Amino acid sequence: MTSTGLTVGPPAATALPGKRVRWGEQLVHVVLFVAAAISVLTTVGIVLSLLLPALDFFREVSPWEFFTGTTWAPLFLDAQFGVAPLVVGTLMISFWSALVAFPLGLGVAVYLSEYAAPRATAVLKPVLEILAAVPTVVLGYFALTFVTPFLRDQLGVQVEIFNALSASLVLGVMLIPTVATLSEDAMAAVPRELRDGGYALGSDKLQVSTRIVVPAAVSGIVAAFVLAFSRAVGETMIVLIAAGQLAQITLDPRQPIETITAFIGATGNGDVPTGSIEYKTIFAVGLTLFVMTLVMNLISIRLVRRYREVYE
Amino acid sequence: MTSLAEPLSSARPRRVWRNRLFTGAMLVCMLVAFGTLAVLLVDTLLTGWPELDRQLLTGLPSTLAEEAGARPAILATLYLGALVLLFSVPIGVLTAIYLEEYANRERWWNRAIEVNIQNLAAVPAIVYGILGLAFIVRGIGLGRVVLAGGLILTLVVLPTVVVAAREAIRAVPDSIRQGAYALGATKWQVVWRQVLPASIPGIATGSILALSRAVGETAPLIMVGAITYVAFDPTVLGPYTALPVQIYNWTRQPDADFQTLAAAGAVVLLAIVLGMNAVAIFLRNRYRKQW
Repeated sequence: MTSTGLTVGPPAATALPGKRVRWGEQLVHVVLFVAAAISVLTTVGIVLSLLLPALDFFREVSPWEFFTGTTWAPLFLDAQFGVAPLVVGTLMISFWSALVAFPLGLGVAVYLSEYAAPRATAVLKPVLEILAAVPTVVLGYFALTFVTPFLRDQLGVQVEIFNALSASLVLGVMLIPTVATLSEDAMAAVPRELRDGGYALGSDKLQVSTRIVVPAAVSGIVAAFVLAFSRAVGETMIVLIAAGQLAQITLDPRQPIETITAFIGATGNGDVPTGSIEYKTIFAVGLTLFVMTLVMNLISIRLVRRYREVYE
Repeated sequence: MTSLAEPLSSARPRRVWRNRLFTGAMLVCMLVAFGTLAVLLVDTLLTGWPELDRQLLTGLPSTLAEEAGARPAILATLYLGALVLLFSVPIGVLTAIYLEEYANRERWWNRAIEVNIQNLAAVPAIVYGILGLAFIVRGIGLGRVVLAGGLILTLVVLPTVVVAAREAIRAVPDSIRQGAYALGATKWQVVWRQVLPASIPGIATGSILALSRAVGETAPLIMVGAITYVAFDPTVLGPYTALPVQIYNWTRQPDADFQTLAAAGAVVLLAIVLGMNAVAIFLRNRYRKQW
C-alpha cells in the first residue's frame, strides 16, 4: 500500500447528495460510543463507590476529627480517626522516592534524547520498559530482603526492619522509566532549529542540553514529575511489604510508617464485614487518596497539552 | 552537531571538563537504573533457586514450606490473563476507534471522554480494588471469584489498551482512508477493512504490554479477595488466589523458608511478565511500518 501523494478532498461518503440513511453505519456509531462510555462509567463508579460509604463514615466520625486528628487507630477499641499520620507517611515516601526518581529520570532522559546514538537508544529504551514492567510485589520483596539488609550491613545506616527509606529508594528507581520516557517525549518535541541556533552561537552540547532543550521542554518535564509523584502516592505493594504498617508521624525515613495505600491494602483483604466502621474507613481514606491523585493527574494532563500546543 | 562545538571546546579545557563531568553524571543515572534492575533479577533468581522446582509449579499451597507449591495460583493467574484479554481488547479497540475515527472533538463530551481516560490511566490500582470490592464483589454480589478479579484487572489496564490502540490507528496515513472512500467504501468499511488491519501490530503490542501489567498486579486483587489459601484448581466462578497475591502472602510468613519460596514464585512471575514484554517489543520492532 503506497501512498500516491495525491491530496483528495473530504471523504466522498459525506459529500454524496441524496444519500440514504445507512442503519448499519448508525448502529456501529452507537456501539462505538457505548464502548467509549464504559470508561466514563468506570469513573462514575469509582466516585460513587468511594463517596457513598465515605459519607456514611463522616456521619459517624466528624470530618474535623478526620482531617485534623493526629492519631490513627481505627481498629482499636478506643478508635481514633486522625488521618494525618497516613498522609504524612504517604508524602514522606513520595518525597524520598521523588528525590531519587526526578534527577535520575531526567538524567536518563537527557542522555537518551541528546547524547545517545540511535542504536544505543534502540537497546536502552526496551530495557527501561522492562524496569517499568517488574511487578511491584517483586519490588517490595526486593526492598525488604535485599535493600534493607544492604543499607544496614554494607552502608551502616541504622534502619528498622520495616522502614520508609528502603521502600522509597526502590519506588524511586521504579519511577525512573516514568520520568525518563515522558521527559524524553517532551525533549524530542523541541524543534531542531532551537538546538541549531544554540550551536550557531557557539554553545557546546552541555549548554544546548541544559540551557535550551530542558527549559524549552519544561512543561513536559514538570508533567512527568507530577505524574511520577502521583504514582508514588498511589503505589501500594512496595510500601505494604517493606515500609511496615505503623501509623506514626515522623520525618525520619529509617522508621516504619504507614501510607494511605498500605492501610487500605492491609485492611481491605476481603474479610471486612460490610457496614462496619472498618469497612467504611477504607472508603474515607480511599476518597482522600483519589482526590490527591486526581488533582495531580489533571495538572499533569494540562501541562502535557501545553507543550504539545506549543511545538506540535 | 558536534562538529561545530568541538573546535571551540578544545580551545577551552574547562569547557571540556564540564562536558565530561555532565556526560559522566548521566551515565551514573543510567547505571543506577539498569544496575538496580540487574541486581534485582540476579538476587531474586539466586535466592529463589533452591525452591525453583517442579513442586513449585505443580504443588498445592501448604503450611510447610518444603511441600508448598503455587499450582492453583499460577492457574488462576492464567485464567485472569485470559479474561483480561477477552474483555479489554474489544472494549479498548472500539473506544480507540470511536475517539480517533468517529468522535467530533468540538463536542465537549468527547473531550471529556479523552481527559477521563488519561486520568483513569493514573488512578492508583488499589482504588480500582475499592471499586471492585464495593460494586462487583458486594454490590452485584458476584463474590470473590476469578471473574470478579478479571473484571477489575480489565478496568485497570483498559486505559493502556486504549492509548496504544489510538496511537496505532493514528499512525495509519489518511491517504489509505481517502483511497478507500474514493472506491465507494462506507466509513465502517474503511475502518474495518483498511485502518484496523493496518494497525494490528501496534494494537497487539499494546495489548500484550497491558496483559503483562494485569498479570503482575497485586493490590486490587487483595481488595477483591483473592484469598491466599486455595488448595484446589480454580474455576472461573470459584474462589482463587493469584500468583502475585501468593507471593505477597509468602513474604509475610516469618519462616525463612517461605522467603525463599517467595523469591522462587517471583522468578516464575518475572519469567511470565518479562517474557510477554519481550514478545511485545519483538512484535513492535518486527512489524514497525514505514508508510
